[in-house]
Amino acid sequence: MKTTSFLFAGFGGQGILFAGKFLAYKGLLDGKQVSWLPSYGPEMRGGTASCGVIISDTPVGSPIVSNPDVLVAMNLPSLDRYEDAVVPGGIIFVDSTLIERKVKRDDVKVYYIPATKLASDNKTPTLANMIIVGKVLDALNDFQEESVVTALKKVISAKRADMLDVNLNAMKLAIEN
Amino acid sequence: MADKVLMKGNEAIAEAAIIAGCRHYFGYPITPQTEIAAYMAKRMPKIGGCFLQAESEIAAINMVYGVASTGLRVMTSSSSPGISLKGEGLSYLAGADLPSLIINVQRGGPGLGGIQPSQSDYFQATKGAAHGDFHMIVLAPSSVQEMADLTVKGFELADKYRMTSMVLADGTMGQMMEPVSLDYDIKPMPEKPWATTGTKMERFHNITNSLSLVPEELEQLNFARYEKYKTIEEEEAMFEEYMMEDAEICIAAFGIAARVAKNAIVEARKQGIKVGMIRPITLWPFPKKPFEAAAEKCKQFISVELSMGQMIEDVKLATGCKAPVTLCNRAGGMIPSPQQVLESIKEAANGGAK
Amino acid sequence: MVVFDKPHALADVPMHYCPGCTHGIVHRLVAEVIDELGIEGKTIGIAPVGCSVMAYNYFNCDMIEAAHGRAPAVATGVKRANPEGHIVFTYQGDGDLASIGMAETVHSAARNENITVIFINNAIYGMTGGQMAPTSLPGQVTQTSPYGRDVNHCGFPIRVSEMLATLDGPEYIERVAVNNVKNVKNAKKAIKKAFQNQVEGKGFSLVEVISSCPTNWGLTPEKALEWIDEKMIPHYPLGVYKDRSAKEVE
Repeated sequence: MKTTSFLFAGFGGQGILFAGKFLAYKGLLDGKQVSWLPSYGPEMRGGTASCGVIISDTPVGSPIVSNPDVLVAMNLPSLDRYEDAVVPGGIIFVDSTLIERKVKRDDVKVYYIPATKLASDNKTPTLANMIIVGKVLDALNDFQEESVVTALKKVISAKRADMLDVNLNAMKLAIEN
Repeated sequence: MADKVLMKGNEAIAEAAIIAGCRHYFGYPITPQTEIAAYMAKRMPKIGGCFLQAESEIAAINMVYGVASTGLRVMTSSSSPGISLKGEGLSYLAGADLPSLIINVQRGGPGLGGIQPSQSDYFQATKGAAHGDFHMIVLAPSSVQEMADLTVKGFELADKYRMTSMVLADGTMGQMMEPVSLDYDIKPMPEKPWATTGTKMERFHNITNSLSLVPEELEQLNFARYEKYKTIEEEEAMFEEYMMEDAEICIAAFGIAARVAKNAIVEARKQGIKVGMIRPITLWPFPKKPFEAAAEKCKQFISVELSMGQMIEDVKLATGCKAPVTLCNRAGGMIPSPQQVLESIKEAANGGAK
Repeated sequence: MVVFDKPHALADVPMHYCPGCTHGIVHRLVAEVIDELGIEGKTIGIAPVGCSVMAYNYFNCDMIEAAHGRAPAVATGVKRANPEGHIVFTYQGDGDLASIGMAETVHSAARNENITVIFINNAIYGMTGGQMAPTSLPGQVTQTSPYGRDVNHCGFPIRVSEMLATLDGPEYIERVAVNNVKNVKNAKKAIKKAFQNQVEGKGFSLVEVISSCPTNWGLTPEKALEWIDEKMIPHYPLGVYKDRSAKEVE
């Protein structure tokens, strides 16, 4: 019986909601109970974006993620805002290209990933989100290529099927580094 | 599992409506339900349906009135301030005994309020949508699956009883994504000999009308409508019971509040507190019977709401003051946390309401 | 030889209108047109709130009673429910169409909704007992403008036909009157065209009918008809304000 809650947070346009949706779909395909809840409203327009994802062996109660097990912070305001909310023993993934400071807490595990730089070096500047998601799955021992590809197919429209491999490769970048 | 897809609550409502045979949608943009209109705008032209963005909420509900008069399944959706504007139309729909489906994805109020989730339109939906003696069937989904299921159910009940069904959701339900299966066996619509679709020169003219200037006659119309409501109260109340078998404390909550309450109940049970929940799925008719039964054995009720306390009045009525009913709430777009609900449960366990 | 008969589409029931009221004339014209076009079996009429609120009893086609001002929105729904199979008309007074329902009027015109609107302009709220209407003339004495309509206080009357004709949407807008035989004949022609346009799928057609209200104007029926010539028509000139198809022919 396990329930894991994720909070993805960053700027609008970084693919925060997409990353969360991918993870939720993967959970669904793995036979889990899942929920995905975005922040909505004016703050979406160019400001901060966030979404909470819950993946569970049992039916999801509240879909609201106030104290995530896993925080993905893709900009400084997000880390400032949510760092203290992470449960003790949780994990924080930091985009270290955009966030220069270190996580202050010592009761959580932290991964610093220069995702935005990796994305840009890889000539896929819009995929920093998926680079981190790949690392998240890897860290949780949950990176099975087959279910990753199936989930990608669900979130990438058929018209953009060429993006599938590009996303998959991006997801491996941080793991290899 | 394989047949399930991840959908936003708002989109699930739209697709379920289409599956239920709705081919006419009229609406006006308002957060947090605009995905419904966007979905309809995309889909309707491809399936021979009609999506039309109306000039106002008032126009939209009256377009609904027009299509409903012809006997077709039709819907509109809005959020709290927009529903207030539709009030006039809701009353006319009731007065003319027309079936229709209205979606309210609630946000905080009053006035322009905010755009975050709320349940503060409970009174409006269940008791006072507009002038005159009338009810709507009010359905309160607590998951994306139920957003879809209750949309289909809403159409069926509307046609069965010739009245308006309202799906009373909130911003969370509308915006969240969950796995949903849209596998429905849609029953054929009942015959609608009253529909104004042209006489074809084969019958006397039909009239869709809510005007009745003779008070004796209007009284009879009201009596007849309330007979129908009585049947609905007896036959259509829906609810879910959660861990109620041995419960000493009973939570009453619907929609997102019930989801939050479940977390708290699981935690409280770990601490040895015997707490359960009755989750009304129909808010009108209010499921009185499970509350009457619970009042015989529970020492306290807690109404968990995203409002200043509205459903609590129905809980008090249904439990007949046999046990105290307290309120655990947030308002204005805020959502109670599981911890807050847990505190209320603990307080009840440690001696209950003062 | 039959020299006078009731149109089939007009119900054989007593109407509630006051003596001298011209609603009866316009009802008859609409019914004659429905007969002549052979469309009664597929016509759905929308009655307003106002003096003609009970028009639903006076036509033999299917009828719907709408909320105050909302008839064009209701008509939009009925038409969209079956664009090929339904002929839809609204019958509205000045308070209904040009005051509380102005948004519905303008937007159904802007959408070129394929419906027919019969707009009765008698410059007064009749049903409620003679209050100032959006079309009441400057200086006109009514129950709520007892010293005469003061345009500095409550603004000017609205010329609906002229205003709607500025929109790109509508197909056909004409203003007629029913205060003498010649005008009644013209009114019939306009109403027929407004229905014919819908049959041909051309779009939004509105006929503004300058009408009398002897009761609330405080005039005899005969004087009321004269008042139309003297006061109403100078302010609301008769004529075609928009006819898109005619323009295309030129």
